[in-house]
Amino acid sequence: MALRMWASSTANALRLSACASKSPAFSLSRAFSTVLDDLKYASSHEWVKHDGPVATIGITDHAQDHLGELVFVELPEAGKEVKQGTGFGAVESVKATSDVNSPISGEVVEINTKLAESPGLINTSPYEDGWMIKVKPSNPSELANLMGSKEYIKFCEEEDAAH
Amino acid sequence: MTASQARNAGLPIINLLRLKGMPILQQLHLEERLLRTSSENWCIINDGTTRPTIVMGVSGKAKELLETDAVLRDEIPVIRRFTGGGTVIVDQGTIFITFICNKDAISGLQSYPRPIMSWSSLIYKNIFQGIGEFSLRENDYVIGNHKFGGNAQSITKNRWVHHTSFLWDYEVSNMGYLKMPTRVPEYRQARNHVEFICRLKEYMSRSVFIDGTMDAVAAYFALRSPDVDDMQNPSSQFEPSSRILTRQELGEEASMELVGTVSQTSYMAAISSTFPTSKVA
Repeated sequence: MALRMWASSTANALRLSACASKSPAFSLSRAFSTVLDDLKYASSHEWVKHDGPVATIGITDHAQDHLGELVFVELPEAGKEVKQGTGFGAVESVKATSDVNSPISGEVVEINTKLAESPGLINTSPYEDGWMIKVKPSNPSELANLMGSKEYIKFCEEEDAAH
Repeated sequence: MTASQARNAGLPIINLLRLKGMPILQQLHLEERLLRTSSENWCIINDGTTRPTIVMGVSGKAKELLETDAVLRDEIPVIRRFTGGGTVIVDQGTIFITFICNKDAISGLQSYPRPIMSWSSLIYKNIFQGIGEFSLRENDYVIGNHKFGGNAQSITKNRWVHHTSFLWDYEVSNMGYLKMPTRVPEYRQARNHVEFICRLKEYMSRSVFIDGTMDAVAAYFALRSPDVDDMQNPSSQFEPSSRILTRQELGEEASMELVGTVSQTSYMAAISSTFPTSKVA
């Protein structure tokens, strides 16, 4: 499937592009932050992919780019309950720990154990190898509170422009 | 309206908390509680702490970062703090300055690590004008190419904390507890601790540095003395995460477990006695 580029000049200036998720999640150039079409996004820059009974969660390319090289990831244990908009873990980069918030509520069913040894997977592959937790959603209607790809790109543009 | 009030009009309020000699563990607990449970901005200045204490970042590994045999022998407390970053050893010669802010407190500032550090470097740059060659270099505060302050941060959804331990003075022997870290900035160029760092006291007095900081903060915030109730009624639901590491966590041999149980108890008692609750100045 061909990549679909978000063609706005503002997006280009702010280095954002949208991609179809079935294509390899690479950027056309290192200057672009990638946003995938079939994911949902939180204003705190986490993504969620709802696939049947399980949802996968991570942080966006925009977030990892702003955070810098990640050196440590703190994840919850399987079985823990997460709540939409509240923290479930943290990442460490450039002398800072940053909370990671869950876009949806539910029960953690799996964590990405590879991140313990390779936290940089989040930098190199934020939507695939760098996934953080898988959750059994308790309230699928919460997805309606989240942004689609176009909305998220606009959100990032406005946030970057305001600073 | 006075000139001062007019000047402060439109500036966000920051609570300025002046402390002297607060134990560093108590300071870290206070900071984390204010980050997580307060909705106000805070500037905390702690002029020196009590006994020499090692403070590691959230992901620090004692065996990699410390000369643990010496640390255990000399019963130096080791704290794992809630923020990221590297390892410092602090004592009476350390000046601590902390900012805890809402993410929209400073106009135009994105709550990510580098923008926060860039803003904080502007605060300190003011103090060194005409005194020393201050800069933010690869995330360190330096004079020339010598580091004089270790900084770290924690960023939540709507707030952030940026804290620094400034080496106004230090004991050369204390630096012997710290190993050369595996991750170092390029400008360090394989220098050991003593060659790499410098003392702030060679440039200014403690009071000049602290007063200069408050003047610089006043360009961004309206300073206010905090309400004592905010300090003395901690949220009962909040548990701070910064803590003292046990002897076992510092690598004491498992074969000494029986003796270690006794030595751990006496070690923790000795450490705890040096972290009493101190009153706000």
